[in-house]
Amino acid sequence: MKQQQFETANTAAWDQYRRLLETLEGGRSGDRAQGEGSVDLDRFPHLYRQVCGHYALACSRGYSPGLSSDLHDLVRRGYCQVYRRRPRLIQPALTFMASHFPRTLRRHALLFWLAMALLFAPMLGMGLATHADGEVIYSLIEATQVAELEAMYDPSNPRPGRGVERQADTDFAMFGFYVMNNVGIGFRSFAGGLILGLGSAFILLFNGSYIGAAAGHLTRLDYGTTFWPFVAGHAPYELTAIAISGAAGLLLGKALLVPGNRTRLAALRVNARDAILLVGGASIMLLLAAVVEAFWSSGPAPAPVKYGVGVAGWLLLGLYLTLAGRGSSHGA
Amino acid sequence: MPPPIDTIRFNETPEGVELGLQVAGPVPRALALLLDTLIRAALVLALTPLLALSGFGLGLMLLGFFLLEWFYPVFFEVRTGATPGKSAFGLRVVHDDGTPVGLAASMIRNLLRVVDFLPALYGAGLVSTLVDRDFRRLGDLAAGTLVVYAQGQERQRAIPEALPQPLPPGLGSETQRAILSFAERGQRLSLARRVELAEILTAVSGENGELAVARVSGWANWLARGPGVRSP
Repeated sequence: MKQQQFETANTAAWDQYRRLLETLEGGRSGDRAQGEGSVDLDRFPHLYRQVCGHYALACSRGYSPGLSSDLHDLVRRGYCQVYRRRPRLIQPALTFMASHFPRTLRRHALLFWLAMALLFAPMLGMGLATHADGEVIYSLIEATQVAELEAMYDPSNPRPGRGVERQADTDFAMFGFYVMNNVGIGFRSFAGGLILGLGSAFILLFNGSYIGAAAGHLTRLDYGTTFWPFVAGHAPYELTAIAISGAAGLLLGKALLVPGNRTRLAALRVNARDAILLVGGASIMLLLAAVVEAFWSSGPAPAPVKYGVGVAGWLLLGLYLTLAGRGSSHGA
Repeated sequence: MPPPIDTIRFNETPEGVELGLQVAGPVPRALALLLDTLIRAALVLALTPLLALSGFGLGLMLLGFFLLEWFYPVFFEVRTGATPGKSAFGLRVVHDDGTPVGLAASMIRNLLRVVDFLPALYGAGLVSTLVDRDFRRLGDLAAGTLVVYAQGQERQRAIPEALPQPLPPGLGSETQRAILSFAERGQRLSLARRVELAEILTAVSGENGELAVARVSGWANWLARGPGVRSP
């Protein structure tokens, strides 16, 4: 068949296909698609496959490059429509938090515990060291920052956990600040994993040491009565989520250091898929932690209640991460 | 035949045809990034009046900063396939199989921006795009994404009518395609250039000048439309 015959025979199909494409591409708001094309759209996959066939024919029969490139373009546009992944937010987000996230975490339990160790071991060490010796904290934190920290948790401070200049800020302002700061740290400790896992390890070690030093130092100054009730409420979610973000980063590092049977690039891709699930879950946990920290931790509830909420938080979190998503495997 | 030296990356679809993706190099990507940075800076500035609302406004502003810092590219890539900066330069983000980028891949490539930025001003990302065959930065490598040109506009490609003339024997398919391509694109070239190109194609039969152009159009018509009236 000569090119001209081929074109005249198929122009009608191409035009119809092109119209459907325009509806699909332009009608993301859905208005035009509803009007006339909704029935016609059923024909789209068929037309798409037909055009694919035409493109293959045009190439193998040596039709003109212009025709081939036009058909190539039609195929490419259709391909994007047929194989588009449609993001839906609410329902998948719920099933994600209810099962995918804890499942993925359990699959990488070893890395999670490694990240927890990287966070909590220096925390404990620095906590004990600063508690024993008042000078140790200055090896890690600058003197001005230490002074700010002391001011924040001074029992005479009416709003513990907030610096002198932040006294006037409302809870919501603090919420914004916590989200920006904490989720940012979570994201960075994931990204740092691409540097052979070193970035994540460093962020975990640094944050662990910092928190430990602050806790030890403040307890030594007898500010523990303001510090511990303040952090008790949000600590379970915040610390665990930072460790999970770090574990996601370590997962990237693992792909580069111990790729197993895959090439490093392939291992990186596979692990990044799991890692981003961990980061997503961790950032939702950090969001929860920010809510608690902004609206509950600085609140007026008596210390025993706050400790109780903290303990309950650890228990619930432990149950959630170990049990959620076990059993039924639908939607996995 | 060795593959052409080009930035086109071929990918076979489930329908069994090869799709060519034209990947974009570091320069247009850097320019798109610059434009995005400017847009983002403008949005940051636009958020600052929220401070007038005191505490609540400050919270909103900080949340806005957070979203702009981390989710500006994700939002646009998942919705339209490209950030405004990339759209302005005709770029699209796609998975390496050519499908539009999804939420997970977009999150991976944009969170890993932090590492691409190291040690300063996207140093690691630049090295990575220069080393990799498909110009992928580190985030693209991990996410399995490509930044490609959104090809698109259909060009005028009618082959001008001429009396069909049979081809001399022995012209391979490459040459036949060159003849067709010449006929399609000739209208966009100057006469002198058309003559120059046609004389290469007619080197065997020996026509010169505009005769050569006419001869090649005749061949192209033979190829595209057949021998015409003389055929039964």
